[in-house]
Amino acid sequence: MAEVEETLKRIQAHKGVIGTIVVNAEGIPIRTTLDNSTTVQYAGLLHQLTMKAKSTVRDIDPQNDLTFLRIRSKKHEIMVAPDKEYLLIVIQNPCE
Amino acid sequence: MEIVYVYVKKRSEFGRQCNFSDRAAEVNVDILPDAVQAMNFIEKDPIDTAVQCASDMSEHEVNTERFEMETRGINHVEGGWPKDVNPQEMEQTIRFRKKVEKDENYINVITQLGSLMDHCIKQNNAINIYEEYFEEEEAAGITDEPPSAKTISVFRDPNLEKRTATHLSWHPDRSRKLAVAYSNLEFQRSSKDISYDSYIWDLETPNKPEIVIRPSSPLVCLEYNPKDSHILIGGCYNGQIAYWDTRKGSLPVELTMVELGHRDPVYNVIWLQSKTGTDCFSGSTDGQVLWWDIRKLSEPTETLVMDISRKGILENALGAIALEYEPTMPTKFMVGTEQGVVISCNRKAKTPAEKIVCTYSGHHGPIYSLSRNPFYPKNFLTVGDWTARIWSEESKESSIMWTKYHMSYLTDGCWSTTRPAVFFTTKMDGTLDVWDFLFKQNNPTLNLKVCDDPLFSLRLQDNGRFIGCGSKLGTVTLLEVSSGLCTLQRNEKNLASAMFERETKREKILEARHREMRLKERTKTEGKEEEVKEEPEEEKPEEVLARVQKEFFDVIENELKRRERGRAKSVVGQERELDEDDDEIILPKEEEEEREKEREKERETTAQTRREERIF
Repeated sequence: MAEVEETLKRIQAHKGVIGTIVVNAEGIPIRTTLDNSTTVQYAGLLHQLTMKAKSTVRDIDPQNDLTFLRIRSKKHEIMVAPDKEYLLIVIQNPCE
Repeated sequence: MEIVYVYVKKRSEFGRQCNFSDRAAEVNVDILPDAVQAMNFIEKDPIDTAVQCASDMSEHEVNTERFEMETRGINHVEGGWPKDVNPQEMEQTIRFRKKVEKDENYINVITQLGSLMDHCIKQNNAINIYEEYFEEEEAAGITDEPPSAKTISVFRDPNLEKRTATHLSWHPDRSRKLAVAYSNLEFQRSSKDISYDSYIWDLETPNKPEIVIRPSSPLVCLEYNPKDSHILIGGCYNGQIAYWDTRKGSLPVELTMVELGHRDPVYNVIWLQSKTGTDCFSGSTDGQVLWWDIRKLSEPTETLVMDISRKGILENALGAIALEYEPTMPTKFMVGTEQGVVISCNRKAKTPAEKIVCTYSGHHGPIYSLSRNPFYPKNFLTVGDWTARIWSEESKESSIMWTKYHMSYLTDGCWSTTRPAVFFTTKMDGTLDVWDFLFKQNNPTLNLKVCDDPLFSLRLQDNGRFIGCGSKLGTVTLLEVSSGLCTLQRNEKNLASAMFERETKREKILEARHREMRLKERTKTEGKEEEVKEEPEEEKPEEVLARVQKEFFDVIENELKRRERGRAKSVVGQERELDEDDDEIILPKEEEEEREKEREKERETTAQTRREERIF
């Protein structure tokens, strides 16, 4: 428990980090530092996108797998670290 | 009884095959020219005939099919939860999350993913690989395009009997919507079955209004609440104030009583800056400015009579048409009146007399628009008669800048929200003028014919890019101005501020000189005035009339001559204006002595003419 807290706190403390969300395999947000409606939206959409990206990578080469997803947008960067069970999503504004 | 006729025709007599054959031409009839008839005619020589060398052209038009837009909504529910967990129940979801967080696997995964994420974040913070190095140079290059504006869409009054679009208000949040008040302002001209409705338009659907606002009397003004975009306040033609909540339908939530409201059409309502966001004030041509709280519309919270003699008599009050209120100066407000005077007021003064601080006069007719410059609120724009004028609060006798007298009346005006030196005016001939006084002072930068009927109202969206123009026949045209007109130019703020200051200073110097000159004149004329006074009373009315007529034309002739001379010498870009009091022109110094002699003559005539006017 404490390790998790510490990890998330460390991530949130980095420069430019706007929010951190942990999502389970069904797209349900477990932990979040954002407000409820934003979290639900991010969780639902990014879960779908990550699953699609993962299956794309696997379809191209069955031995390959998705390890990290970065989405660069006009306003910020959304980073997704995928795993079998959970997703860690961080929204960062890199050019502050 | 049956009648039967039987027709009989042999088969050999019908349906026979044609049998054509060649034969020589023969003359059946030959009519010779009649000499007697020919006498009745004349031979025409030469004959006019038109010959066309170019190919014939014709014009066709095709209307593309209308693109219908519609807004629909879908309600999403949170999914993915296990069957036994209700996502609406706070307790169940928290319990579920707690359970997951205690899971061994979760702890391992997150610490592992955390270190991966940590690495990426650090990467991002170490160097921005997408950094733009030459952003500013590119932006500066675009600004050379000529100013322009284009029509985006047109919103027409859907009723058969058209009414004037008297007031526009943009939705305060997203500006996707425009509230338009419609009413017929012509006195007793509106027919009985004219519609009272006003509308809120969605910019995407120009064919059908999104919300209908149903007042008890036509709305002259309608304004969105800047704090709560569901609430709108409206001023009616019969003097009532009402407010609407768009969530509660078309009918007003509450409205004031007829006997406690205004006695004339409410020309303007403005929301005040307050904690609750429920306060507003209204102005009408009955000469009153009233304050309201929409939570209690039964009576006004405060009343001020626009009597500039400061006696508070309603009979002497000036009718308020335009109101101005700047949220950064919450105690001050200004009123533009029917008589062409701007009244500056302070709401928090102790006595009603002190509330009227000062007046600015210079317009020859009602002031239809009054607004402070968003960057330099000390300077304000008024629109009335045939001119738009810019004033400085410090210079009370005259405006600091003004446009030339146009051929048609000006109806509305406003400042650009993004550029301190740009303002917009609308005219009765259906044109919109865009002025940029750093670029051109004597003519508008852009003159645009918006529609054929007179324009009546104008409102700029907060981003300074979109303008709504309401016309007399209820058509609202949405225009988009080119980016040069809505992006702040380099050094523009400083230049505009310098311009305002310079013109204020110039006006102050002129004011002082003017006062000095008048004082001198007065001391000189005092002796003469008494002699002249006796004469007119002995004359017969006919003689007086003839003399006055002659004098009047003399004065005009003198004036025209002088004006021509004045124009030749006047400074470029600054049109000298007639001073109302003395019919004099402010002239450059060299002409002073010459003028002095003329004035001697003229003073007598004008003094007399004035007296005559009083007699009739």
